Amino acid sequence: MTFEFFTNSSFIGAVLFILFAPLIGGIVMGIDRKITARMQGRVGPPVLQPIYDILKLFEKENMVVYESQNFWILSYLIFIVVTGVLFFAGSDILLVIFALTLAHVFLILGAYSTGSPYAHVGAERELIQLMAVEPMIIIAAVGLYQVTNSFDTAGIIQSTFAPVIVLPGIFLGMVYILTMKLRKSPFDLSTSHHAHQELVKGLTTEFSGSTLGMTEIAHLYELVFLLGFLFLFFGTAAPLIGIAVILIVYFLEVFVDNATSRVKWQFALKSCWIVTAVLGVLNLLALYLI
Amino acid sequence: MSYLTKSPWIIHYDASSCNGCDIEVLACLTPLYDVERFGIINTGNPKHADIFVVTGSVNEQNKEVIKNIYNQMPKPNVVVGVGICACSGGVFRECYNVSGGVGELIPVDVYVPGCAARPEQIIDGIVKALGILDKKYKDSKKGGDFK
Amino acid sequence: MDLLIFLILFPLIAAILMLLLPNGEIRDAIVKIAALIIAVSSVYLFIETFGKGISYVTIGSETVGMAILLCELVVAIFIIAISLKFRKYIVAALAIVQTAILVYAEEFASVETGFLNELFVDEFSVIMALIIGIIGSLICVYSVGYMKGYHEKHADVKDNRKLFFFVMFLFLSAMFGVVFSNHIVWLFFFWEITTLCSFLLIGYAMDEIAWKNAFWALLLNTIGGVGFSGAILFILVYSGNGDFIYLNNLIAAGPVFAMIPAALIAFAGLTKSAQMPFSSWLVGAMVAPTPVSALLHSSTMVKAGVYVIVRFAPIFELSYIGVLISLVGGVTFLLASAIAIGQSNAKKVLAYSTIANLGLVVACAGIGTQEAVWAAILLIIFHAVAKSLLFLAVGSVEHQKKSRDIEDMSGLISTMPKVAVMMLIGIAGMFLAPFGMLISKWATIHAFVNALPPFGMLLIAMIAYGSGITVFFWAKWMGKLIEVKKKSSPLKKEATSPEMFTLYCLTGLTVITCLLFPLISGFMIEPYIVEVYNGTVSQLLSLNNMLIMLMMLVLILLLPLSLGHFSKGRTVVGQYMGARPGVSGVSFAGSMGVTKEVELSNYYMEEFFGEEKLSKTGVILTIILLIVFAAVIILNLPGMVM
Repeated sequence: MTFEFFTNSSFIGAVLFILFAPLIGGIVMGIDRKITARMQGRVGPPVLQPIYDILKLFEKENMVVYESQNFWILSYLIFIVVTGVLFFAGSDILLVIFALTLAHVFLILGAYSTGSPYAHVGAERELIQLMAVEPMIIIAAVGLYQVTNSFDTAGIIQSTFAPVIVLPGIFLGMVYILTMKLRKSPFDLSTSHHAHQELVKGLTTEFSGSTLGMTEIAHLYELVFLLGFLFLFFGTAAPLIGIAVILIVYFLEVFVDNATSRVKWQFALKSCWIVTAVLGVLNLLALYLI
Repeated sequence: MSYLTKSPWIIHYDASSCNGCDIEVLACLTPLYDVERFGIINTGNPKHADIFVVTGSVNEQNKEVIKNIYNQMPKPNVVVGVGICACSGGVFRECYNVSGGVGELIPVDVYVPGCAARPEQIIDGIVKALGILDKKYKDSKKGGDFK
Repeated sequence: MDLLIFLILFPLIAAILMLLLPNGEIRDAIVKIAALIIAVSSVYLFIETFGKGISYVTIGSETVGMAILLCELVVAIFIIAISLKFRKYIVAALAIVQTAILVYAEEFASVETGFLNELFVDEFSVIMALIIGIIGSLICVYSVGYMKGYHEKHADVKDNRKLFFFVMFLFLSAMFGVVFSNHIVWLFFFWEITTLCSFLLIGYAMDEIAWKNAFWALLLNTIGGVGFSGAILFILVYSGNGDFIYLNNLIAAGPVFAMIPAALIAFAGLTKSAQMPFSSWLVGAMVAPTPVSALLHSSTMVKAGVYVIVRFAPIFELSYIGVLISLVGGVTFLLASAIAIGQSNAKKVLAYSTIANLGLVVACAGIGTQEAVWAAILLIIFHAVAKSLLFLAVGSVEHQKKSRDIEDMSGLISTMPKVAVMMLIGIAGMFLAPFGMLISKWATIHAFVNALPPFGMLLIAMIAYGSGITVFFWAKWMGKLIEVKKKSSPLKKEATSPEMFTLYCLTGLTVITCLLFPLISGFMIEPYIVEVYNGTVSQLLSLNNMLIMLMMLVLILLLPLSLGHFSKGRTVVGQYMGARPGVSGVSFAGSMGVTKEVELSNYYMEEFFGEEKLSKTGVILTIILLIVFAAVIILNLPGMVM
C-alpha cells in the first residue's frame, strides 16, 4: 500500500478534489448557514449562498493596500489546494500537515503585509491558533501511523478496522481543535463570519474583491480537507458510520458555534494544549498497553 | 444578473441618527424580516461591503468619516440613505452643527424616507439598490473599469 | 591523503599570518584569498573522496603524537593561567582536573596504542568539512566588512582585529581537526582548541560583560572536557585494548565495549552543543561581534558537539543511555523553542532556535536508528546554512538600524529589500515545508515512532508541541519584516560589499541545498549510514515524497512571478483605520487634536513563555535526566571493568 504519485487512483483523487471540493465545501457551508438560521428561528440564505458570495467577490474592484498582498494570498490558496491534493492522492500525511502549515503561514503573512492594525491583531491571533492546533494534528498523524503502520493516507484509509476504535482520545481531540480550524465560535479569534467588530474583520480586514475571494475559496478547500482528515479515523472499514459521525460532529460544531461566545486567546491556547496532552498524548501512550 | 445582486454585503453607518432608524435597520436582520434570505450580510468593514447604508443627518464631526468609509469601498457600490434625516437632515436640518443629508457629501443612489423608516421600506430600498448595483456593474464592464 | 593535513594546517598558517599583518587592505585581501583556498580545498576534498567511503591517513610518528600532547598541556596551562588571573577558580580547578586525568591516563596507560590511522575521512567528515570550509570561510569574508564597521561604531572597544582573525582561522583549523581525527586524544586536543577559541572570541570586547560570558562558556565547556578526558582515561586504563583509542575501532566494537566512553564523550558533546542545562553559555555568547555568533552557531563549536554525538549514535541505538540523551535533546528542543517566543532580541531568538535545533539533532542521535541518524545529519546541514545566513543578515541590519530588536525591523522589506528577502529565505529555511529543516523534522518524526517505546511517543509529543511553537516565533518575525505601514524608499547601500557577497552566497546555498537534498541524501548520507550500520539501508524517504517536496519548492520559487500580474490594474487604497476623521496614513486622531501613529508590536506572551521560568524548568529537568544518566553509567561500570 505504498503511495505512488502517478498512479490512476491517486490522480483521480487529486483531480476530483480540485474540481469538486469548492462545490462540496460551498454546499456544506451553505447548509451550515441554513442550520444556523433555523437555530435562530430564521429562514436563512439559499444553500448555494457561499458560492454566490465568492462569485460576487470576483466581480468587484481589485482594491489593495499593497500589490504584494495578493501574492501571499494566491500562495495561500495554491498551497491549501496542494495540501488537499496530496491528501486525497494518498500521500504522506506528515507532508500534508506541513503543507497546510505552510499555507496558513502564507495567509498570515498576507495579513501582516498590509500593515493594518486590525489585520495585525488578526494575524497574531491566527498564529496563536496555528500554534494551538499543530501538536494535536501531528499527534493524530502519528496515532494513525501506530494503528495502521502507514504514514500514507492511501494506506491509512485501507486499515482493516476503523482506527477510531483504538484512537478515541485522539479523535475527540481532533474534534476539539476542529472548531478552531473551522473558525467557529468560541474559537473564532482571528476572523469571523459573525459580527464581532472590535477587530473589524481581523485577519481579512484589508482583503477585498478577488483577494477576499481567494481566501474564501481556500476556506472551502480546507473544509473538505478537514472533513476528509476526520474520515481517516473510520476509513474504508466503516465508511457509512464515518460519514454519519462526521455529519453529527459538524452539526455539533454548528451548535457550539451558535451557543457560545468567543473566548480569550489565553483560554484557547491553554485548552487546546491541555486537550492535546490529555486526550492525544495519553491515547498515544496507551497504544503500548493494547 | 450579476452575482452582486445575490450577495450584497452591507456596511451600516450611524451618522447622527436618533437611533430610531438604526434599530429598524437591525430589525431587518431579526427572524421576522431575516434579510440573510437574500444573502444580505451586515459586515463591519467597508472593504468587504457593497452597500453603504447611512442613517441620520451628516454633521461636521462625521463628514470625514462618511467620506472615508465611502472611499474604502471597492466599486461597484451603492449608497442608501435610510430615514428622513439621512435624506435631507430631517428635523435637525437647521441645527448649527448639521450640514444636511448624506447626498451633500457622497452620491446617494436610493433614498428611503421615513421617521423612522420601516423595515419593509428599508428592504425595499435595498432591493432597489441592487438593481442599480447590477447596472453599475454592467456599465463598468462596458467601460472597462469602475471609474 | 595529504589534503586532510593541508586542511588542518593551512588555516593554521593563515591564522599565524593574521597575527603578523597589520590592519589594512593587504590583510583583508589575504583573508579573502585564504578563505577562498579553504573553501576550494574542502570542495576538492569532496570530489577527491566522492564515492570512496572511508579512508585513513597514518602519520605514524611518535613525535607528532608527543607534540600534540605538549600543545594540549600548553592550552591547559593557558586556560588555568587566565582563569587564575581573573580569579575564576572553578574553571581553573576543572581545567586542572581534566589535564590531570589526561596525563594520568597517558602515563599509566595499561595498553599500547601505537600510531596508526590517526586521521580519517568518510562521507560524514566530508559533509562537516564542507560546512566548515564553505560556511566558515564565508563568515571570515563577511567579517572583513563587518569588523571595520564594528570598530567605527564601538570606539570604546580596543581594535584587536589581528587577534580576531587569528582566532577565526585557528577555529577553522581546529574544526577540521575535530572532524578528521580518528585518534581520540587528537580529537580531544582539537576539541580543547575550539573551547579556547570560543572563549577568546566571546571575550573579544574585553569589557566586563564579555569576560563574564566568556568565562561562563569556558566553565561549562571544561565540565564537558572533564567528561571527555574521563572517556580517554577509561579507554587507556580500563578497556584493556589500545585499539579503542581509535574512533573507528571503538564504534565498531559495539555498545558492549563502547557504551561508557561513548556516553562520556556524548556528555562532553552536550556541553559543547549547548544543550540544557548548559545552554546558557551560547545565549551569553551573543555579546560577541555578529560573525562570531554566526561561526559559533552554524559551522563550528556547537557543530563539533553534535558531530561527536552523531558519530556515536550507532552505539546508542535502543539503549537507555541513548534514550536519556534523546530526552535531554527533546526537552531542550521544546523549552528553548518556547523561550524564543518571549524574545524580541533577534540574536537571542536565533540563539534559542540554535539550541532548540541542536536539541533535535541530539534527540535523533540518541535514538540512533538509521533513520534518526539520517535526519540528524540533514538537520546539521540545513541548520548550518540557514542559521549562518540569518545571523549575518541580522548583523547587517544591526549596522544600519543600530538595533538588533525584531520590533525595529518592522517594514524592513521596504527600507532594506535585498537583506529582508534574504532574511525571509533564511527564516523559511528554518521552518517552512519544502525547505530544509522541515524535511529533517519530518524524517525525525518518522524516526521517533520506531524508537524505544514508550519514549519514542514522549519525544513525538515534544516535537509536536515544539513544532507548533517554532511556527509561531518564526512566522511573527517574518510578519514583522514584511509589515509595511508606510512605503519608504530603499537604502542605496544596504551593507558593505563583502557582507552582501556573503549573504548572496549563503542565500544561494540555502536554496541549492534544498533543491539538491535528494542528491546529498543519496550520495553522501546514505553511503555513510550503510557503512556504519553494515548493510543495506532501508528506503529512508521514498522517491515520491522527494519529488513532491521538490515540486513544492519549485512552486514557491515560481510564485513570486505572480507579483508581476498583481502589480497591474489594482486600486491602491490605504489601510482601514476605523474611518477615524481628520488624519491620514496609519494613525488615529485622539482628543484635543492629538494624532497618534499606530504602533504595531508582536505578541511575546511573557506570562506563558517567560525566559526565566522556562529555563529554570529546563535546567531542573535536564539535570535530573543527567543524574539518571550518571547513575546508569556508574551502574554499568563494574561490569565493564571486570
